[in-house]
Amino acid sequence: MAIDNQTVLQRVSSAFPDAVLSSSTFRDDLTVQIAADHLVAVTQFLRDDAELRYVLLENLCGVDYLGREPRFEVVYHLFSLAQVHRLCLKVGVPEEHPHVPSVVEVWPTANWQEREAYDMFGIIFDGHPSLERILMPDDWEGHPQRKDVPLGGEEVAFTFNAEQIYAHKVFAKE
Amino acid sequence: MSTATLHVPSPSEITRPAMAGEKETMVLNLGPNHPSTHGVLRLVVELDGETVVNVAPDIGFLHTGIEKNMEYKTYQKALVMTDRTDYLAPLSNNLGYVLAVEKLLQCDIPLRAQTARVLLTELTRIGSHLVWLGTHALDLAAMSVFLYAFREREQILDIFELVSGARMMTSYFRIGGLAYDLTADFLPTVRRFLEDIPAHIDEYEDLLTHNPLWLERTVGVGVIDADAALAYGLSGANLRASGVSLDMRKLAPYCGYETYDFEIPVGQSGDIYDRYLVRLEEMRQSVRICWEAFKRLEQMGPGPYVTADRKVAPPPKHEITHSMESLIHHFKLWTEGFKVPRGDAYLAIESPRGILGVYVVSDGGPKPYRVHFRAPSFINLQSLPHMAKGGMMADLVALIASMDPVLGEVDR
Repeated sequence: MAIDNQTVLQRVSSAFPDAVLSSSTFRDDLTVQIAADHLVAVTQFLRDDAELRYVLLENLCGVDYLGREPRFEVVYHLFSLAQVHRLCLKVGVPEEHPHVPSVVEVWPTANWQEREAYDMFGIIFDGHPSLERILMPDDWEGHPQRKDVPLGGEEVAFTFNAEQIYAHKVFAKE
Repeated sequence: MSTATLHVPSPSEITRPAMAGEKETMVLNLGPNHPSTHGVLRLVVELDGETVVNVAPDIGFLHTGIEKNMEYKTYQKALVMTDRTDYLAPLSNNLGYVLAVEKLLQCDIPLRAQTARVLLTELTRIGSHLVWLGTHALDLAAMSVFLYAFREREQILDIFELVSGARMMTSYFRIGGLAYDLTADFLPTVRRFLEDIPAHIDEYEDLLTHNPLWLERTVGVGVIDADAALAYGLSGANLRASGVSLDMRKLAPYCGYETYDFEIPVGQSGDIYDRYLVRLEEMRQSVRICWEAFKRLEQMGPGPYVTADRKVAPPPKHEITHSMESLIHHFKLWTEGFKVPRGDAYLAIESPRGILGVYVVSDGGPKPYRVHFRAPSFINLQSLPHMAKGGMMADLVALIASMDPVLGEVDR
């Protein structure tokens, strides 16, 4: 690796002293906790900084830590082609106000990934151009990958019970 | 770099104004069940005559909740779900997942198992590219290429069957190594295939590369430049055709790829034709890697194929009948599973379709707390509207095929 974790961390925390909440290194990977308010500014800096140039948002996903505060976490994996370095950003999202600023403006690839995180966890990305469900049906209620949604909670419709099940579905009421 | 103009439309952005009668254009629904969509992909296409004004992919028809399901299975059992995401490259998915878990576990893999992994994932790459080539040509009405490509793919599937017993859903890579030892006739079969395949690749080239009909349909169609491709997160051959040499096998090597001698083919114009050329060359490079891995396996001879750490991999059968400790290990592994240190790890490999990232969160128990796949097809598909805009409706079909999406992976 061309650049080491310590240099990256120093650059980020000197540019945004308020944004970096904490940092850790696990299995040689650097993870930085970012305050949600500063997310867009930090990501823009990371993308455009002449030395770092994290031009690729490799991965974006939500995680539900039920029983922990804040309950949700959005994880961003950035990749720098220039430095051949991967950086992980994490943003905590409280349950009562599950809002995070969207990074679609910074990386257009975040569009579907944020829609997926919204669909699966109900995390709302402020500023997203069209935050709609992407994998689940539009009329599905709830967010399936939350830890308090049971596995197999969806009733399976067979010919003998389809009418009964569809009767209390949203699309049947229209 | 300006990203303001790069936007991925959602289906409702096209259907809503059309329903309200605000537009002069025609809205056409393509799919979800349509042979040219390579699975269950629905496209909402806005047309002006035959020109594509806008297109919005609608996905999720194949969503099976694989990520959720994996949270309810032990680490070993969750492995079989990974085959079902990208069903054209099951071994690549196996590899991504086992490497991510091994990263958390920090367990050592015998060199023989690593080499076999490299050999088999490269065969997977060739097999996957053969399906892409066959179906791509079929979509552009070149029937014979499809038949040739599937003939060779058959040989690869036979090799998979030989080692794992299954042709498609192999689950052959296990955490700690391989599921079983390589069989005695594995190497001779691989040798036969590797000797045959270069001539076959030349044969495909003869059929297509200078074929005027093929050139007409592919050159200058569905272009995306390097900056836009990176902004959309495009990866794999689709990105490399635009001139960005991004390959995880070189940038962040795993399984000892840094010790193999191979090149990363890169295109220039980012059109369908360049994607075709890049993938064909990738197949040749894969053959090169396969030969090298083959020779190493041949030199190595028989040896361990799975880690000796009994907390991770089960003991061999003959030990169980003799040793009490082995029996306990066996019992614990198959009833409780093994505990993985608390923490999270992200690892990316180069699957045939691009960067396959696996993010695993462990809470210290025997089941993953959260598994997320950075599925290359899912991310790649976002750039479809960008490439299709301004093109012809018939080119859209060629474009989908050239991007090589696997809908099982898109929807997971």
